[in-house]
Amino acid sequence: MGPLVPDIISNDLNFIIALVIGVAFGAILEQAGFSTSKKLVGLFYGYDFTVLRVFFTAGVVAMFGTIMLDHWGYLDINLIYINPTFVGAAIVGGLIMGLGFVIGGFCPGTSVCAAAIGKIDAMYFVLGSALGILLFAEGYPLWEDFYKAYNFGAVRIFDTFGMSQSLFAFILTSIALLAFWGTSIIENKINKVSKPAIRFTPYYLGLTAVGIFIAISAFMFPPRQAGLLEKVEDVEFVSNYKIKSMELDEFAFRIMKKDKKMQIFDFRPYEEYKEFSLPNSISFSINNFFEKEPNRLLTLRKRTNVVIAKDEQTERKIAVIAKELGYNNIVILNGGIKGFRSDILNFNSDTIPKNKVEETTFKFREKAAVVIPEMIKNNKPVGKVVKKQKRVVGGC
Amino acid sequence: MQTKYMNSYLAGFLLGLLLVATIYITGRGLGASGAVKSITVETVNSVAPQHAKEAKFFKEYSETHEGSPLKSWLVFEVIGVLIGAFISGLVSDRLSFKLEHGPNIGSKVRILGAITGGLLFGFGAQLGRGCTSGAALSGMGVLSTGGILTMVAIFGGAYMFAYFFRKLWL
Repeated sequence: MGPLVPDIISNDLNFIIALVIGVAFGAILEQAGFSTSKKLVGLFYGYDFTVLRVFFTAGVVAMFGTIMLDHWGYLDINLIYINPTFVGAAIVGGLIMGLGFVIGGFCPGTSVCAAAIGKIDAMYFVLGSALGILLFAEGYPLWEDFYKAYNFGAVRIFDTFGMSQSLFAFILTSIALLAFWGTSIIENKINKVSKPAIRFTPYYLGLTAVGIFIAISAFMFPPRQAGLLEKVEDVEFVSNYKIKSMELDEFAFRIMKKDKKMQIFDFRPYEEYKEFSLPNSISFSINNFFEKEPNRLLTLRKRTNVVIAKDEQTERKIAVIAKELGYNNIVILNGGIKGFRSDILNFNSDTIPKNKVEETTFKFREKAAVVIPEMIKNNKPVGKVVKKQKRVVGGC
Repeated sequence: MQTKYMNSYLAGFLLGLLLVATIYITGRGLGASGAVKSITVETVNSVAPQHAKEAKFFKEYSETHEGSPLKSWLVFEVIGVLIGAFISGLVSDRLSFKLEHGPNIGSKVRILGAITGGLLFGFGAQLGRGCTSGAALSGMGVLSTGGILTMVAIFGGAYMFAYFFRKLWL
């Protein structure tokens, strides 16, 4: 599950990745024509809207791509860098940048790109931006308060507007398409071109088709999580699913033995877990399956992962979800917590055994009914899975 | 003979895919101004180490960044940008030392404009926590409110001021 840094790709390798990504970034910017200030400022005088087309297309594609990866459970959105929102600094900083854009004719990325192919004005721009940063640094105490004011944290735009992510994506895409159409008309008028603004060449149709495909795959199918939750509501499907289960006595025995190879995942609500939890059990939720760090516990080798919940049917549903997600090493507890309470913890010693086997079993249960409650009493609950990994620090 | 530029929509599409790949692999977006910042900080560190130790901005920077400022993701990325753009310019035959300026101004005015514009952009990118790449584009990719707000302000501001500087370009 993404992001791949830092556990799948180490922090050092990440620098090489940065270099490779940079090469692609520079090449795309240069090929798009961002290495000349004339093309860049064309945006503001209406004779060349290349910047708008490239920028908006990239933004929309990236937005759909990120939504899609999240949707299919390939990316933990809680770990990626979301630019923080400091309203005042964002607006004033943006306006100053806008002013810099029309005076200087570049932005930092494009100036580096243009400088690389020998544009002398771009080299001066890069020098200027270093001076600007120095100025900001030297006068920092003067604007520090404003810089840190109006902090709304890492909020996302659809939450700010109180709408769903899909609706915002739809609106943004519509704005982009309208902008493409409108600016093409303006551009043609200013450059006195009489070609129609939108032409349906195979090239554009191809690009549009790919775009529509991505957009549809990001929304039309239910998200993996919702899809699975729906699937396990099908009683027949769940009961026919092959799942290993553990007998109550074995479970009790391994608890008493303090078997480290057995991991207990408690899926009851957290309040119930806090009141009563088995030794070494960890509070887990369905959502944890879809998060990068918690699910690593499930893939530890040579472990028996026991899923416990209020009853066996609930356990079965959870186990099906886990198996569908590819966690194979999952066992459920026969009878669930309910069975464990009645047959082990509150074992009635007056029950008369019918045969030799039952006699041994009951003897064990009598002992367990004394030892385990004591263990539970002395147990400090582990709690929920600790998520150590923090959001990636990004930004400029 | 210079070759034509790539179709804008195709370039945008590729750039979008690159940004998604970057987010998936590293958890962060693209950027540019951050690299210039790292180089600026490193320069101050070596030219005026005493000042760098005392001034608040540099203190905060070294608190939040481990190791040398040059060993940062964006520095490597921007070195890549230089290489990538150079290769692209080589392939498309666009390599040449050239000072581009509008028809009604001379080289001096253009140089002055480039430095001033750069200065403003560098300053604004610090205040706005990112430039067109780091805040606007990457912010749009992850639907960050701050990023999109900065984007609107950059382009809105540019349109607002464009009229007053038309002599520089037209």
